[in-house]
Amino acid sequence: MQTRRETLKQSAVLAGLLAAAGFPGFAMAAFNKAGFDAKSVQDATKAFGASSLAESKDVTIIAPDIAENGAVVPMGASTSLPGVKQLLILVEKNPSTLVAAFNVNDAVDANFSTRAKMGQSSDVYAVAIMADGKALWAKKEVKVTLGGCGG
Amino acid sequence: MSDPMRIRAQATGGKATVRVLMSHEMESGQRKDAAGKTVPAWFIQEVTATLNGKQVLSAEWGPAVAKNPFMQFNIKSAKAGDKVAVTWKDNKGETRTDEATVS
Repeated sequence: MQTRRETLKQSAVLAGLLAAAGFPGFAMAAFNKAGFDAKSVQDATKAFGASSLAESKDVTIIAPDIAENGAVVPMGASTSLPGVKQLLILVEKNPSTLVAAFNVNDAVDANFSTRAKMGQSSDVYAVAIMADGKALWAKKEVKVTLGGCGG
Repeated sequence: MSDPMRIRAQATGGKATVRVLMSHEMESGQRKDAAGKTVPAWFIQEVTATLNGKQVLSAEWGPAVAKNPFMQFNIKSAKAGDKVAVTWKDNKGETRTDEATVS
């Protein structure tokens, strides 16, 4: 028969295991709804746990100057800095700012490209969320001739 | 079931550049149909990629990613013959995995 003390000890160990192993995995798998609902660049980066925002030359945003069709705008984000946790691509004037978030790890380069929709001409941001909680960004203005949202 | 993805993985100088073209509607949730009703959002939420069964990439996407999404990334220390698999999951819970060999 177990004493109360032993039972308590076991549950403490179990909770510790869960906190150590289960939680980071859970956090990675969960869809960051707050981030994708955010209406501004600042809110979106905050949802990824970044405290301070700063412009950086080491973060690169690749996007065209003029996008003829806002429904398909090629854009990419990259950085040469070590210690990047996530790379975000954001379009400031979209209904929801955040387009995509890529988790960076040892196995991949911090260099991703994709295609996004843009509702209107806007600044496009690449934000690198660093392991120490800093957010470094670069931006570029993209002019859209034909919007890709609504219509 | 949705159409297969087109995946091309090319090894150059110890890295593999992977280009993926997915087939998905990516409905933004902003559009209205002819009757004036909003078309519900339907988009890919999670994308993961594995190299020889080991996860190398995970990403979260919003509805602002373009229709039939394209994605490009580089896997370090990948060589010809390695297997790259890409999986996506959309907000309706539908999922699809496709595999390609690095060339």
